[in-house]
Amino acid sequence: MSTTARELTYLEAIAEALAFEMDRDERVLVMGEDVGGSFGGAFKVTKGLAERFGDRRVMNTPIAELGFVGMANGMALMGLRPVVEVQFADFISTAFDSIVQFAATNHYRWGGAIPWVIRAPSDGGIRSGPFHSQNPEAWFVHTPGLKVVAPATPADAKGLLISAIRDDNPVIFFEAKPLYRSVRGPVPPGEHLVPIGRARIAREGSDVTVVTYGTQVHEALRAAQRLAPDGIAVEVLDLRTLKPLDSQAVLDSVAKTGRVLIVHAANRTAGVGAEVAALVAEEGFEWLDAPIVRLGGLDTPIPFSPPLEDAYRPDASKIEAALRKLAAF
Amino acid sequence: MDSELRISLHAWMVLTRTFDDAMVNLWKQGRGLGGTFSERGHEAISVGAGMALGPDDVVAPMHRDLGTYLLRGMSPERIFGNLLGKATGPSRGRDANLHGMGDLSLGIIGYVSHIPQALPTTLGAAMAFRYRGEPRVAMTFVGDGGTCAGGFHETLNMAALYRAPFVLVIENNQYAYSTPLEQEMAVTDLASRAASYGLATERVDGNDVEAVYRAVSAAVDRARRGDGPSAIEAVTMRMLGHAIHDGAEYVPRELLEEWEGRDPIERHRRALMADGVVTAEDLDRMQRVARERITEAIAAAEAAPFPDPSTVTEGVYA
Repeated sequence: MSTTARELTYLEAIAEALAFEMDRDERVLVMGEDVGGSFGGAFKVTKGLAERFGDRRVMNTPIAELGFVGMANGMALMGLRPVVEVQFADFISTAFDSIVQFAATNHYRWGGAIPWVIRAPSDGGIRSGPFHSQNPEAWFVHTPGLKVVAPATPADAKGLLISAIRDDNPVIFFEAKPLYRSVRGPVPPGEHLVPIGRARIAREGSDVTVVTYGTQVHEALRAAQRLAPDGIAVEVLDLRTLKPLDSQAVLDSVAKTGRVLIVHAANRTAGVGAEVAALVAEEGFEWLDAPIVRLGGLDTPIPFSPPLEDAYRPDASKIEAALRKLAAF
Repeated sequence: MDSELRISLHAWMVLTRTFDDAMVNLWKQGRGLGGTFSERGHEAISVGAGMALGPDDVVAPMHRDLGTYLLRGMSPERIFGNLLGKATGPSRGRDANLHGMGDLSLGIIGYVSHIPQALPTTLGAAMAFRYRGEPRVAMTFVGDGGTCAGGFHETLNMAALYRAPFVLVIENNQYAYSTPLEQEMAVTDLASRAASYGLATERVDGNDVEAVYRAVSAAVDRARRGDGPSAIEAVTMRMLGHAIHDGAEYVPRELLEEWEGRDPIERHRRALMADGVVTAEDLDRMQRVARERITEAIAAAEAAPFPDPSTVTEGVYA
């Protein structure tokens, strides 16, 4: 098998992973609102799959997330590997019982494995308002029994989606929708797996660490670029998986730099950043040369109007300012 | 209906009632653990419906369906083990009372307290069978209370849409905890709710085990033929409280007395005797066998070990 990487968009990489797994494993099917037929989903991630694999394996569902995620629970229990698209991550709340009460607890309670993936297009900054911009990952990171991944690059999107489909547990796969067509990168063709639970150093540096994921990886890289001329070497750690967290990678980076900024687009309070901060405080305190700093969305619903949304969201400039302050501490 | 089947239906109801009575007594004696749920009065439904399934079918029973667990082959020892939080229960001490008693080798999916969750899960099982072209059926139960939740409606809409090999048994036992039917919904004909989504429906006397068996068997056959899903409303009465702690003082005594006269086991016993299918001696023996079986099961479950606390984190992930 060729290992020559071609450049794909984040969206193309996800589509390639779906087709690859459907091709190799008859148990894999795709379901969700508007995913079937020639339409191929609100974002066109599943476009072409119905033509290639038929309606049986690319199932349109009614607007009934509680019901169709619950249906995926039963399919998974009976040995299928459903990949469920919730059209926007914001709508995942309507399926909450099916995810956190049934799927997440089932293997612990009586040993029935539930190997599904929920693909959840998340994140904002694209002027979509309070209900098409959310990052609800913390709800699921808090829930034992789930795995949660959030890739930032096309290669990781493909490799993590394939790993998620092959995983025997329920995996929530947050696709950063602002990246769908804005990010392009090398993606290995064919079989390409990125292990769940392993972070990636997106940029090496020795002065300060940014721990982040999803869209904010790209913002952090931009900020790091701006600090380089001033002799501040920023390390950017892309978590890639939020649950289980790659604690060792976080601690290794903090041991190296002694300074840590945690960034996510989700609002700050009780977000994933709080868990990372607690990890560093509990297990990396001796290496710290400065207080742990968190940068997240504001604790408000996500506003629509550009000046308001820009005020809400972290971005490269806010990260840059936080890093300068932290480096000077 | 052939005599062998009639006797079998009766024997499973007797075992179920014997288990249930012994369980209630155990709790009254303070030998229970946490809460538990009696299915007294529902035996004709859990046994009649459970008996309609084939060995390769799957079922997601709820907390009033002890008879279904038993006749699918889950032993009384294991069930008492679950009730008492022992390592020998199907949930290995991880889930309470009749919850979490899934065992796919017996075709049983364990339920969660969010009762309507069993509906879409069971539909998913049915869809998996259809996906693979297997002639299998998936069945579940819901109470009158559960028919008010969104999951019920979402599932029935999809079950009919996909013509899934899915069977729902609605146990209309008149009360959702303390709330009577007429305070739960304006349309109290539960079968009609399912019919409105396009399921085949039938309303049966839930205290008549043979009627339940016939209606559910027809539904199972229909599903297996590929002719789509059904919902059977079985009308009964919850004879004890919602759970063991609940004296159900809110239920009019006259209503309970009226339903006591329709006790599913007593009615079936009289019918079997009148038809000359069994003798009083046969019935005595059936009762004795059931009592011995349950006494042994309780002794075994009480003697069984609790789970080792060092295993508490095991099994969160597959």
